[in-house]
Amino acid sequence: MDFQLTEEHRMVQSMVREFASKEILPVAAELDHTETFPQEIIKKAAALGLMGMVVPERYGGAGMDAIAYVVAHEELARASAGVQTIITVSNSLVADPILRYGTQAQRQRYLPGLCDGTRLGCYCLTEPSAGSDAMSLSTTARRDGDEWVLRGTKAFVSSGVEADTCIVYARTGQEGARGISAFIVEKSFPGIAVGKIEKKLGIKCSSTSEIVLDDCRVPADNVLGDLGAGGKIALSTLDGGRLGIAAQAIGIARAALEDSIAYASERQQFGRPIAEFQAIQWMLADMATRIEASRLLAYRAAYLRQQGQRYTKEASMAKLFASETAMWASHKAVQIHGGYGYIQDYAVERYFRDAKITEIYEGTSEIQRLVIARNVMERVQ
Amino acid sequence: MNIVVCVKQVPDTEAPIRIKPDGSGIDEMGLNLVMNYYDEHATEAGLRLKEQFGGTVTLIAAGPERTKEALRTGLAMGADEAMLITGPGLEQSDHLGMARVLAAAIKALPHDLVICGKLSTDDNASIVGPALAELLGLPQATAIAHLEVDASATTALVHREVEGGVEILEVPLPALLTVERSLNEPRYPSLPGIMKAKRKEIKTSTSTDQKVAASSRLTKLVPPPKRQAGRVIEADADKAVAEIVAFLKNDAKVL
Amino acid sequence: MANDVWVVVEHESGQPKKISLELLGRAGQLALALGGKAVAFVPGRDVSAVARALGPYGADIVYTAQDPLLEPYTADAQTQVVGEALRKEQPTLVLIGSTAQGRDYAPRLAARLGAAIVTDCASLEVDNSSLVATRPMYTRKAIGTVMYASEGIRIAVVLPAVYPVPQADPKRTAEVRAMRIPLDAKQIRTKVHEVQAIKRETVPLTEADVIVSGGRGLRGPENFALLDALAKALGAAVGSSRPPVDSGWVPHDYEIGQTGKTVSPQVYLACGISGAPQHLAGMSGSKHIVAINKDPNAPIFQLADLGIVGDLFEILPKLTEAVKKAKGGNRD
Repeated sequence: MDFQLTEEHRMVQSMVREFASKEILPVAAELDHTETFPQEIIKKAAALGLMGMVVPERYGGAGMDAIAYVVAHEELARASAGVQTIITVSNSLVADPILRYGTQAQRQRYLPGLCDGTRLGCYCLTEPSAGSDAMSLSTTARRDGDEWVLRGTKAFVSSGVEADTCIVYARTGQEGARGISAFIVEKSFPGIAVGKIEKKLGIKCSSTSEIVLDDCRVPADNVLGDLGAGGKIALSTLDGGRLGIAAQAIGIARAALEDSIAYASERQQFGRPIAEFQAIQWMLADMATRIEASRLLAYRAAYLRQQGQRYTKEASMAKLFASETAMWASHKAVQIHGGYGYIQDYAVERYFRDAKITEIYEGTSEIQRLVIARNVMERVQ
Repeated sequence: MNIVVCVKQVPDTEAPIRIKPDGSGIDEMGLNLVMNYYDEHATEAGLRLKEQFGGTVTLIAAGPERTKEALRTGLAMGADEAMLITGPGLEQSDHLGMARVLAAAIKALPHDLVICGKLSTDDNASIVGPALAELLGLPQATAIAHLEVDASATTALVHREVEGGVEILEVPLPALLTVERSLNEPRYPSLPGIMKAKRKEIKTSTSTDQKVAASSRLTKLVPPPKRQAGRVIEADADKAVAEIVAFLKNDAKVL
Repeated sequence: MANDVWVVVEHESGQPKKISLELLGRAGQLALALGGKAVAFVPGRDVSAVARALGPYGADIVYTAQDPLLEPYTADAQTQVVGEALRKEQPTLVLIGSTAQGRDYAPRLAARLGAAIVTDCASLEVDNSSLVATRPMYTRKAIGTVMYASEGIRIAVVLPAVYPVPQADPKRTAEVRAMRIPLDAKQIRTKVHEVQAIKRETVPLTEADVIVSGGRGLRGPENFALLDALAKALGAAVGSSRPPVDSGWVPHDYEIGQTGKTVSPQVYLACGISGAPQHLAGMSGSKHIVAINKDPNAPIFQLADLGIVGDLFEILPKLTEAVKKAKGGNRD
């Protein structure tokens, strides 16, 4: 057993940390307050290989492993959870399934662009009345000659406004998971449009919108994987996605801890820094401990993935524990900051707002517990 | 153009350091060691000249085995080759000794330009660059903030910050330059660059320099004296001005 | 001679620079401890006026080395001339100011002579006949004590403003000796096109007794005018922390801190500077620190002698007026 990051992982960590602290952190608050999509940052991230981290070099990616991915995304989210969302969605929910389930032609058509930043991906699974019960989705796809015609509305699509390459799940057959197929839909195809743009609590620089498919015509070649395999693709893609969210949550929690340590060391009350009070120290200690535990869970899930082993349960555990840690730690960070934590001059109010989404998207905490429970009970039976 | 860039591995300046209880040095346990950031600027300068004139950028470092990580950072930025000189005497060596070891290695390499950071953020000595220029018999320009090499690659025109002004200096190649932070903005090592760097071999050689006996040595390291916080007052402008003027008069005695 | 302490003098417009006088003062004390003389070495085109000025500040002997090729300064010419002089006279210790010139040629000189060199010296003492220097290291997170080996010529590159300029004694004179050191134009490989003076109405940072410095709290380049006005009134220099430099409000040569200059003035007035470690590395050696910041939690208040929690946009103009009044004294 070796708990060391490799030299390559450490290089990734230090590069992304520097990139995030120089290019993202200084503008993170402003991006959040003005709800601005960070076009320039995404371009720079792509130039560094961050938009195709695990895609092999032959498709224009960086060819890195899953641990490197988790390491990098913690650093990105440490600076801005909103920016990290945009990057992880395009990487783990779009490039990754195209790599794993796409035909050679699909990989060649989409992966280089996703990696070099000329394309941006979004993931269209959730519908207004199909959230946690995703497999009950009602968007339909009907065959018409060489094309499929998609009809329905997708909800809560991250990067829905700016993305041009969408993975859309639609019903091609019976009810339930087996009747679902996945499609690669370009925004330039006729019949796809951005619907309502949501106003959110957090991760405000990433857009969230409806995607409306009004008899959207998709070439038959753009079916991703087998017909009827959509349910399986959706779920296995989310395993990878959950690693990204775990990393995001760890980044937010670490930001909360680091800011709290800095503040508590500077803030004087009763004639000394508040960091000298045990009430504060205990919070800091618990934050640090939970963050470390989250990180170990995430690294281990990533390790299993790169060993080619099943990691559904571990990905859910990492996502569950890390997201609840992020929420808890940012809550404590606001408390440590007192009144200053409640105003926008300090960043902890942003962490607090950003943290909440990690308990919701790509499977709520309740869904993660369900997944974990199913997996552990399976073993007993 | 054959460009040699000297690199040192130093503790990350963002992080605090721990001084050993006996004051003999710093505790390296758990220390994040990185490429000296002035050397990142030196590497960037080399890479830009290579992009302009062709040729190679070779990184060179003298130090313990772990220095390879700093070299790999430079390779990930885009340098072509890297070499490390190790040797049992290096630890005891002073800056002139280090310059001698580097000079011996660089003499064996084709070099139109040797580029160093203006200082390293551990010792803050800024000795190795100019000393290396002397030992290699090269003209020098130190702490440069601007660099242009003419089209025929025979001279460099540099700007150096001097007290109250900027010196514009012409240096014939081959030459040694040390670079200031404002010279350029170093590129980040890209992820594909990191993968490529991983596959590159770092040539290691052992220094046989016998004259490593240091002419100066560090005998003690202590934390800087801690300043006591003085009075902090919340004040409107008039009261603030009165306080400051009184301080300048009575305490600092500059008014 | 073997126990002499030399100062290589920098000068401008016929006057020795402040740093050289500071070093001369220290050289006198060290020479006394080492049983030698304080010797000033003045290279330049025509240095007679400079040479005459040094006796009152403590030089026992002044050597001049005059050659038109020595101006403007180049590392090649300076190393050649200082190197030859040292070879000939073999002093035990040579003090060189930590200036753009000193930092440029001193290591080259050391390499040429095989002399021990310590840079950034913040103190220099004779301790039991051995020579010991202290110097900031690790971007000022530590202070190192360095001991010179006892053999041969030793070079110390000393920080400005660590030793006071000695009180001039107009009655004191030094013997001035001209040294002839051959210098060939061919030995000078670099060519100085020009030295562009940066036109400022304020004093250079490294020579100022008072520094007025601005940070992110100034909000924009136009507000540095507030600092300029105050600096002019105080006879101070203007500096900045890193954010204004990174934002392009002021040029890089304003920067004080880990990636900029290290200063130690009598008074450092920090305006709208939070006090990040990177900045403190460059100014925590100041004798007196005054800070103005609107954030009561700004770390700068942890080391300021006087901290003002307030609005610098209101305070600075009024302070400038008050300083003018105080300086103007009765003339107003």
